[in-house]
Amino acid sequence: MTGPTRIGTGAFIDDTQRVSFRFDGRVYEGRRGDTLASALLANGVTVVGRSFKYHRRRGIYTAGPEEPSALVTIIGPYGREPNRPATVTPLDEGLVVESQNRWPSLAFDAYGVFGALSRFLPAGFYYKTFMWPSFAWERLYEPLIRRAAGLGRLDHPPRSAPSPETQHHHADVLVVGAGPAGLSAAAMLGLAGLRVILADQDAHLGGGTLLDADWQSWRTQMLARLAALPNVRLWPRTTVIGAYGHGVYGALETRAGTQPGSQTGHLHVVRAASTVLATGSVERLIAVPGNDLPGVMLAGAALRYLVGHGVCVGNRIAIFTNNDDAYATALEYRRRGIAVEAVIDIREYSPAADRARGAGLTVYASAKVESILGRHRVSGIKVRDRSGQALTLSVDGVLLSGGYTPATALATQLGAPLHWNSPIAAFIPDLAPSLGQVAGSAHGVCGLAAAATDGLSAATHVLSAFGIAVSEPPDLPTPPNDQPRGDLEPCWEVPGRGKAFVDLQHDVTTADIRLARREGYEHVEHMKRYTTHGMATDQGRIGGLVGQAVLALARGIDVAEVGQPKARPFVEPVPFATLAGGESGEHFKPRRLLPLHDWHVAAGATFVTAGLWMRPLVYSQDTGWSAVLSEARHVRREAGITDVSSLGKLEVAGSDAAAFLDFVYANTMSTLPMGRCRYGIMLREDGILLDDGTVARLGKDHFVLTTTTVNATAVLDHLEFHRQTVCPHWDVTISDVGDHWAQFAIAGPLSRAVLSEVVDQTDLSNEAFPFMAVTGITIAGIAGRLFRISFSGELAYEVAVPARHALTVWTRLLEVGTPLGLKPYGLDALNTLRIEKGHVTGAELNGQTTAGDLGLGRLCKQTADYIGAALVQREALQSGDTRLELVGVKPVDSEQRLRNGAHLIDPDTDDHSLGFITSSTPATEQVGWVGLALLRGGHARRGQRLLAVSPVHGETCAVEITSPHHLDPENARVRA
Amino acid sequence: MKLLPKRSRPRRSSGTDSGDYSLFRLLREGLVGHRGWRPAWHKAEPRARYRVVIVGGGGQGLSTAHALATQHGISDVAVLEKGPIGLGNVGRNTTIIRSNYFHPDNVRFYEHSLKLWETLEQTLNFNGMVSQRGTLNLFHTEAQRDLFTRRANGMRLLGIDAVALDRKEVKALVPRVDLDHGRFPVLGGFLQPRGGTVRHDAVAWGYARAASRAGVDIVEHCEVRRVVSERGRVTGVETTQGFIGADIVCLAVAGHSSTLASTAGLRLPIESHVLQAFVTEAIKPVLDVVLTYGAGHFYISQSDKGGLVFGGPIDGYNTYGQRGTLPVAEEVVAAGLTLLPSLAKLRILRQWGGVMDMSMDGSPIISRTPLEGLYLNGGWCYGGFKAIPAGGVATAHLIATGESHAIAKHLDLDRFADGRLIDERGAGPYPWAH
Amino acid sequence: MSAAPVPTRGRTDMLRLRCPHCGLRDEAEFRYRGDATQLRPAGSAPREAFVHYVYARNNPKGWHVEWWMHVAGCRAVLRVVRHTVTHEIHSVTLPQEPVDVPGDVR
Repeated sequence: MTGPTRIGTGAFIDDTQRVSFRFDGRVYEGRRGDTLASALLANGVTVVGRSFKYHRRRGIYTAGPEEPSALVTIIGPYGREPNRPATVTPLDEGLVVESQNRWPSLAFDAYGVFGALSRFLPAGFYYKTFMWPSFAWERLYEPLIRRAAGLGRLDHPPRSAPSPETQHHHADVLVVGAGPAGLSAAAMLGLAGLRVILADQDAHLGGGTLLDADWQSWRTQMLARLAALPNVRLWPRTTVIGAYGHGVYGALETRAGTQPGSQTGHLHVVRAASTVLATGSVERLIAVPGNDLPGVMLAGAALRYLVGHGVCVGNRIAIFTNNDDAYATALEYRRRGIAVEAVIDIREYSPAADRARGAGLTVYASAKVESILGRHRVSGIKVRDRSGQALTLSVDGVLLSGGYTPATALATQLGAPLHWNSPIAAFIPDLAPSLGQVAGSAHGVCGLAAAATDGLSAATHVLSAFGIAVSEPPDLPTPPNDQPRGDLEPCWEVPGRGKAFVDLQHDVTTADIRLARREGYEHVEHMKRYTTHGMATDQGRIGGLVGQAVLALARGIDVAEVGQPKARPFVEPVPFATLAGGESGEHFKPRRLLPLHDWHVAAGATFVTAGLWMRPLVYSQDTGWSAVLSEARHVRREAGITDVSSLGKLEVAGSDAAAFLDFVYANTMSTLPMGRCRYGIMLREDGILLDDGTVARLGKDHFVLTTTTVNATAVLDHLEFHRQTVCPHWDVTISDVGDHWAQFAIAGPLSRAVLSEVVDQTDLSNEAFPFMAVTGITIAGIAGRLFRISFSGELAYEVAVPARHALTVWTRLLEVGTPLGLKPYGLDALNTLRIEKGHVTGAELNGQTTAGDLGLGRLCKQTADYIGAALVQREALQSGDTRLELVGVKPVDSEQRLRNGAHLIDPDTDDHSLGFITSSTPATEQVGWVGLALLRGGHARRGQRLLAVSPVHGETCAVEITSPHHLDPENARVRA
Repeated sequence: MKLLPKRSRPRRSSGTDSGDYSLFRLLREGLVGHRGWRPAWHKAEPRARYRVVIVGGGGQGLSTAHALATQHGISDVAVLEKGPIGLGNVGRNTTIIRSNYFHPDNVRFYEHSLKLWETLEQTLNFNGMVSQRGTLNLFHTEAQRDLFTRRANGMRLLGIDAVALDRKEVKALVPRVDLDHGRFPVLGGFLQPRGGTVRHDAVAWGYARAASRAGVDIVEHCEVRRVVSERGRVTGVETTQGFIGADIVCLAVAGHSSTLASTAGLRLPIESHVLQAFVTEAIKPVLDVVLTYGAGHFYISQSDKGGLVFGGPIDGYNTYGQRGTLPVAEEVVAAGLTLLPSLAKLRILRQWGGVMDMSMDGSPIISRTPLEGLYLNGGWCYGGFKAIPAGGVATAHLIATGESHAIAKHLDLDRFADGRLIDERGAGPYPWAH
Repeated sequence: MSAAPVPTRGRTDMLRLRCPHCGLRDEAEFRYRGDATQLRPAGSAPREAFVHYVYARNNPKGWHVEWWMHVAGCRAVLRVVRHTVTHEIHSVTLPQEPVDVPGDVR
């Protein structure tokens, strides 16, 4: 029997607990504690997927998240989860899994034809063709390419997976990696009393010590010590995915779900003063022809499967190595009674080779594997020994070990430069001590005991940065000694015939890299983009440096000089749901509710979103015009009440308050008498309108401002900014009271009558309380304010009461007012009323218009300084043919409607657009529609006839240009 | 500062790939192990002097050089790039092309670019994978609908494609969109059918190859430290490879426009801000169009390789750091998940950033400067990629003739002082708000 | 073998600002308001001064003096000296306090 199989038990599994699962429709059995990969190997499954481009058979290459090949789709309760590495997928009872990127099946993949045509499909082939005929790209080539591309399929399930909330944590030190260095550092820091979080991507903590029998006792004791420290948190199955600077880190924790295939990712954001990056190193492959055959694996991975899961990857294996670490695998295989045909070591001599021979293993020194043989899986290897002789060995498993590359992603995200380290033939980071420390194999320290010592050293540096001196070594278990080690000898590729892969997922070979260089893509970043090397889901962890070395060799420079492509977050791919952190769907943004929200709901209102606010649009579930017009007409004929509580409200006070308002408003406020309001416009410093609103003077040094709902925040910031930076010595305070006050508008010919019945002891006659007056009142027993201002164009008032009394006052108003004819009206009706009156809102005050454009130029102070005074005088902002100016529009045919966004054109000239309609509504007191528009040179075009056209709706309408004040231009009603 | 012997005569582009790209050639090369391919562009050694020096080997710089050589017969041009070409914003963007703008001058400019994209592959003989599958902008309020209506009508009046879609039509085009359950239900959308995506690296390489074949010197690893001038006139640039003389210097270094301009004593109406972008693991097709969300700044498309490329707003503070903060990333992803809930299990592979030239009105700058002989192509905000063909044509025209190209007259630097701002959003002189 | 360091850029990204009133808070609590070296000219200044105030920016690649407003906290406008490449924060002061900028300032 050849191929992988389970030969016994392992440290991570419970042999007594069987777990059944389904892969590509077939049922298999594994053990509790298995990963999907170990269980598949135990069942002799060698092919689990197909590669991206050539659809070559792919097996299991590693035992961790760096897996390039064994990507599967998990079928869970929320549909498919594609591209999961089988190597980190825990085996749950009832797990259902499918292979990917093959059709119709893994064994017989029709797309394998790409593999057969691979000589015509090297890296970058698509840049050189598909250009002819020119229409064919979108109609033919691209759809085919898109269908062939991608790996797994993403479902569209009826129920979406939940999005777990992000959690936030604080710590003194974040230790990343729980290998010997990380465990040691965390323990020492924890014993010194610091708050420590120790995170490791693995479910089992221990890193390299997990696979060495000599280290089990030390590991167990260390974990027990850490667990006993209340100031240390242990986070297994948690990958630190990003180091964002200023002590902020993101971490992805994977938690099992209640059903098979329902595991979820949780985001943790950690704020830590310092860090120890004990992130370890990742084994790399060797680019030897045939290195992608199922049955080829990395040596460290094979050791993990054997020690952890009792699974051997073949019955007769060979190991090709340039370093000592791979011998641990050889020795363990031998110990467990599996045939190790040979260890092929490119080095002349090493202590590990000696120990191996001593244990009875065959070691070929100064030798290399020239190619790996086999059709659909490994059948043998061709070896060139030290004398130059070629031999063929029959094996069913080949383990490669090209060395270990430090995991430097987090360090480089923190800006650490990388230096070449010759002993490990890889780059190591140089992290600024103010940010933290790197420890263990992550910066080239070889050997578990050396790493443990290095962890203590890192902790010592961190403690000293915290001002904690270390007088004696901490009381921690003593680790075993490292055996003598030999140096590694760089071995990146063995040139020869046949494809030698450096990126197994994207099918990038050494030939592709040489081709890239031939074509001038010889900078490491160009090579990466041209060949897509290192851009797959595994981000080139096992083959990245190998490809870069091949590039260096092709260019005739040192590997150290070829550089590295940018390491970008995330260290491990993060699901959308995790990063969204629970703030998606309904919870994407908060809702701001008016104080009377529940009343509006009960009254049957349809709501509209205005920014974050929910405002009643119309008190009807019918959202057509008839309900809206009914409300609006009722205001014009009798009286209506509407909730305008979302307006921005600011109290400005102080002996310089009047001067401050003169500075921020274009018109003059200091002349405002007490007990009066004034319409105010604010400009930006560039002379464009920022906002409009009202100013009410309640006292000599006390003003109340309103702003539009949409601009409330911007205006407050604007005022605060200028107060604190331009006028810091003025005696003026600004308070945001927007949420403190509920505010209602009562409008219509009967509004005075209604209010007189409700407001205590205040003379509301036109003489005593004229248009634009303001006073304090008592209403329904509540102290509030009454403003006589009108947005609707009717006789109108606004009542302001503390928000907690909103319901009391509103209810009282309706109780008294309804028999007199008062009815509520919503935002749509309010809009209809203001359009007829010619009042502007954000549709006209749109960040591009000046006061002059909107007919408000006369309000602006002519000589005094105010925000915008200087630049508003620029010629390009003056009235004239180049400016879009506010006009009214009316259809010539009263049966035709107007549409917002329609453009105005003069059919007699060849001008395209002269402007556009901004707001429109059916009129309340005449037949037909009226609207407002911004029209080039509009002030001079009164009476002109133009066309309003909306090509996207196929509409054309002849219109007349009028004054924007369609109703009561003399303001007789508001002054009544 | 290295001192190299300067050659005074232009060197022919020997050693570069002079043949055309075609299927026939690909097949032929496939039979001989692809040994016949040569460098796509010549990596030139800089000469002592050029008529035109373009600073910046990104999309705009290479496109300008290409246009100078092929449309104005000016090939005495050097493109100086501080690193390898194409690794700035042209290599970092989300690859979207479209011409759906508000201001008619902007519409005309970007539409000119879109038309050039449509024939670019043939022009450059390089497959840029120009894919016009449509850009769809969703809206969630009536106010937004009105705004998009206005924009679409403006486009249609200029003869450019724009279509209004109701909810059903949106769902038909993007079956996975959630119309109703998000915080801001979708009311409809506006589609520009000819909008789409382009493979960004191919654009840089394609223009480099074409410009190089037309005789332009592309000089990599040559960082310009200072613009040199004498008596109010540009005389050349000081670089890490020595002084290079020039009659005309054009800055095309968006992200670093201010840095270079300041060496000439100029302060620009620009702030540099970071824009983040993301790509997911590759999956089978789930999204055909480029989709933008109207209730949060978010846009997404699916590349031909299967990964979903998406992005959101700028982070909002001056930076040259090319990476953004985690909260912005979280918010962008939350918007995406709200819009397309089936993405819940899809994993995001990489996040990165680019440095944007955010201008004071949100529109770009193609202009001369107060320094005679110094031209500026910059201020692109996050809209520079789609403008590469037209930006190059317009800049080359300005340089070659001294007059603004008809499509780019509105993009002059003087507009800020004069008040002729092209503010699409109405956000004002606050670069972080555009 | 030579060991030239491989430079990587952008050391730190996620900002935390030490508000003088509220302590060390996340960037998300603040709102950026741009260059703080451009001071509003006197009302009588010529128009050109206002043009520069509103539009011209140094936009340095290095130390930057800028405004941040603590909108989710005390609402103070703060002057921050921050490096625009590394995002290192040198100082956070109130507008009236003196400020020093490390190294070159323009």
